[in-house]
Amino acid sequence: MLYQFDFGFLAEKWPLLVKGLLLTLAMSGLSTVFGFLLGTGCAVSMRYGSRALRLATRCYVEVVRNTPLLVQIFLIYFGLASIGFRVPVFATAVFSLSVNIGAYSSEIIRAGIESIAPAQIEAAECLGLSRGQVILHVVLQPAIERVYPSLTSQFVLLMLGSSLTSQISAEELTGVGNLIQSETFRSFEVYAVIGICYIALSLVVRSLLKGFGLLAFPRWRRLGSRA
Amino acid sequence: MPTFGLNQFEFLLRGAGWTVVLSALALVFGGIVAFAIALARVSDAAVPRTASNIYVQLIQGTPLIVLMLICYFGFSLYGIDLPAIVAAALAMTLYVGAFLGEVWRGCLNAIPTTQWEAAESLGMSRTERMIWIILPQAIRISIPPTVTFMVQIVKNTSLASIIGFVELTQAGKLVNNATFQPFICFIFVAMIYFVLCYPLTVWGRILERRFNVRHR
Repeated sequence: MLYQFDFGFLAEKWPLLVKGLLLTLAMSGLSTVFGFLLGTGCAVSMRYGSRALRLATRCYVEVVRNTPLLVQIFLIYFGLASIGFRVPVFATAVFSLSVNIGAYSSEIIRAGIESIAPAQIEAAECLGLSRGQVILHVVLQPAIERVYPSLTSQFVLLMLGSSLTSQISAEELTGVGNLIQSETFRSFEVYAVIGICYIALSLVVRSLLKGFGLLAFPRWRRLGSRA
Repeated sequence: MPTFGLNQFEFLLRGAGWTVVLSALALVFGGIVAFAIALARVSDAAVPRTASNIYVQLIQGTPLIVLMLICYFGFSLYGIDLPAIVAAALAMTLYVGAFLGEVWRGCLNAIPTTQWEAAESLGMSRTERMIWIILPQAIRISIPPTVTFMVQIVKNTSLASIIGFVELTQAGKLVNNATFQPFICFIFVAMIYFVLCYPLTVWGRILERRFNVRHR
């Protein structure tokens, strides 16, 4: 093989890569928070909501989970534009990622809620806790604690999925890669570097989330970590 | 300028056909890789265990879109002009190998230790134990999660559009470019994906209930 690998573009373009990396982090961080809140809301309404609300959340979850993220992004991006909304790419990206992760995390949290023993809820009611207090402290908190490891992997997948927003020309890590590639024609080297960045990023995000779990669920610290 | 009509819908359906083809390729070839990975992950020998672990970590840490781009552009270094479907199938194979391999490893691990020990005390070799005792039980457990994972495969073939393979999403993009009716166009694309995936989801759920592997 006569091909000479040339990673020379790194010397010149690294600030661009760092910028893309930070945008990827910001985008996935924001959508993780929004998506988690949305997912929790959906999981609660699927369990405690009225019939109509249950049906609506069920439909939302099924539709999102059975269509590709890329198509969702296109649909939201072009859909908003054709109704006449001019939304910045970043907001569109965060919105579509949140909608996506909301559905996935609601299924995970629902599984956690179902794993709470009914006796716990009855005991809480006997202690005179209000319905809201029961849901918040007795159902949701231990439920989320139980499914936190699965949520973590879902959030890492979301971070990787944020690469799809490069298709609506968001200049996150992959988008920046496309840009550098089209300037230097070093496609293989560029994408190899991008891939390595993602691997590093997923390791970092995973350990960040694990650390956050240790902070948020003090019981783990006493019993030893589970995540 | 053409508007979205029957012709366009037919074009989308043809794209959906290629989505199905690519999904099938990914399932078959990825399944072979995944099987090897699952076996290596539970192996007693350290080398295959470590190697398969590294493979899984690498693939699971990279977005599929980057895998697609690397597969697509990587071979051109050697002067091989890979058709988009081959590159897409290759990337999907790598991807499915890692994720499905982990799913199947979980199924192997779900077999109680006593089964492994009983086989051993009957004087079976490792291979015999695997073939006659562990695999038949593990395959039974693995069917529902595999069906559920097929949904992931179908959805992720949408990324092949990025390297220009005309499957459903790319067909949608092309129709959109011709008609400038993005909303209708992508609604139909989403609907076709839903029609492809939802039966699989439901089937997976039914199987799950029947095999009763859910821990309630």
